[in-house]
Amino acid sequence: MTQKNPIKPDEYRRLVARMTPHSRHLRGCLRAFWVGGAICTLGQALGALGERLELSEATAPMFTSVVLIFLGTLLTGLGVYDRIGKYAGAGSIVPITGFANSVCAPAMEFRREGIVLGIGAKLFTIAGPVLVYGITASIAVGVVYWAIRGWLM
Amino acid sequence: MSRLGAQTLAFDVPVAITAQTSIVGPKEGKGPLRAWFDVILEDDLLGQKSWELAESEMVCRAVERTLDAAGLAPERTQAMLSGDLNGQIIASSFAARALGIPFLGLYGACSTFVQALILGAALVSGGYLDNAVCVSSSHYCTAERQFRFPVEMGNQRPPQASWTTTACGCALLARSGGAGEPRIASGTIGRVIDLEIKDANHMGAAMAPAVCACIAAHFEDTGRSAADYDLIATGDLGWIGRNILMELFHRADVQMPDEKLVDCGASIFFQEQDSHAGGSGCGCVASVSCGWLIKRIRSGELKRVLVAGSGAMLSPVSCQQGQSIPGISYAVCIEGGAV
Repeated sequence: MTQKNPIKPDEYRRLVARMTPHSRHLRGCLRAFWVGGAICTLGQALGALGERLELSEATAPMFTSVVLIFLGTLLTGLGVYDRIGKYAGAGSIVPITGFANSVCAPAMEFRREGIVLGIGAKLFTIAGPVLVYGITASIAVGVVYWAIRGWLM
Repeated sequence: MSRLGAQTLAFDVPVAITAQTSIVGPKEGKGPLRAWFDVILEDDLLGQKSWELAESEMVCRAVERTLDAAGLAPERTQAMLSGDLNGQIIASSFAARALGIPFLGLYGACSTFVQALILGAALVSGGYLDNAVCVSSSHYCTAERQFRFPVEMGNQRPPQASWTTTACGCALLARSGGAGEPRIASGTIGRVIDLEIKDANHMGAAMAPAVCACIAAHFEDTGRSAADYDLIATGDLGWIGRNILMELFHRADVQMPDEKLVDCGASIFFQEQDSHAGGSGCGCVASVSCGWLIKRIRSGELKRVLVAGSGAMLSPVSCQQGQSIPGISYAVCIEGGAV
C-alpha cells in the first residue's frame, strides 16, 4: 500500500453506511399494504364465487388457490409480475401469487438448460427453502400439538 | 519499455489504438451517451438461442467491426485478449472460436477491459505482437441468472445495487499508428484490496478502495497528479461508489478536483432509467472507453485520460459462504495528439 492513511475496515464500513442512501421503508410498506391487500381481496372474492358455484367447503379454498396460482404464473409469463414485484415488494411476494412467480420465473429462465437439468433441477431454487422449512415447521408444530392435545381438550 | 515505481509499466515504444468499436443494448442506447456508441442493438438476444450465445455474438460483431475499420483480416490479427463475467468466460472463448484469432482469456471482473489494454500494450510495445485486439463484454441477462435471480422474478433491489450493462467494447492495438492516433502510454497494475464489504449489492463500496489505491499508485509511480490529466474515468463504481471514492481520495491526501473524475457506470444511464446506483459489468468501462473516451481523444478534445477499471472479485459461491468482496483496479493512461 502506498497510501498515507490507510482506512481500517471498521471505519470504512461506517463511512459506507453513512454515504449509502436507504430504501424508502414507509413508501415500501404502503405499497406492499395496498397491493398485498388487493391480492387478498381478490382471493376473498374468488372464495365467495366458489360458494356461489356451490363448491364444497373442501374444494372452495382449493379453487381460490388454483385461480391465484394460475394468475401469478400467467402474469410472470407475460412479463408483468416482475414489474408488480418491483413496485410492491413483499406485497406481491408473500401471497400465493408470489410463490407461483418464484416457481415460474426459474422455469422460464433455465428452460434452455433442458427439461431435466434446467427446469427440473432449477424449478425450486427459490421456492425450495420455503417448502423445506415450511413443511419441517408444520411437522414440528404437529408433533407438539399431538403431545399436548390431551391438555387442550 | 520500462518500469516506473512499484506498479507501473511505461510503454516507451508507443502503442496506438488504431480502431475501436462500442456496442450497447437497448437500455444503454437510451442513456446519456447514446450518440457516442457505434451500434445500439434493437434486440438484445441478437437472434441467438440463449443469452450466453447472444453475448458471444456481440463480442464477435465488435471484433469484426473493429478489424473492418482498420482494414485488418482476422487471419492477420495476432492476438485477441478478452474476458467477460460468465463462468469460465464462455462469451469470449466462444467468440474466439468463431473468429479463429489466437486467444488469451482474461478475468478481472468488470476491470477486464483495462487489464486487456495493459497486457495487450505490453505485448505490442515489447515487440512480441504487431497487433492485438482487446475486448470485453457483459450482458444483463447472463449476469442476472448467474449472480442474482431469474429475470422474471418479482423482487426489489436496494438503492446501492448496480445494473449490469448489455455492452461490449473492442480496441485494436498496433505498433505503428498514424499521427495523432490515441496511444497507450502507461498502465498501472493494481493490488487486490478488501475492506470487508460483504454486501454483494454494494459493489461500488467493495471496489472504491482498490480504485483509490491504484490511482494513488499511478500518481506516485509517474510523479503526476490529477492536474496532468484532462479526465480521470473510473470503471463502474456508480453514483454512490464515486462519492465514496472522492471521500477516500480526500482521506488519502490525493488531490482530485470533482469535475475531473467521471465514472463510466454513473455516466451510461440517466438516474431516471431505474438503474439504481448506475451501470456495471465488463462491458460498461469497455463500451464507454471505446465510445465516449477514445473518440474524444481521437478528435483532440481530450489530450490525456486515465481510465481506471474496477472489478469486484466475488463469485456466487464466495458470497454464499459469507466471504467479503475483494476489489481490483487497473489504470491505463491514454494520450492523444503529437507523439
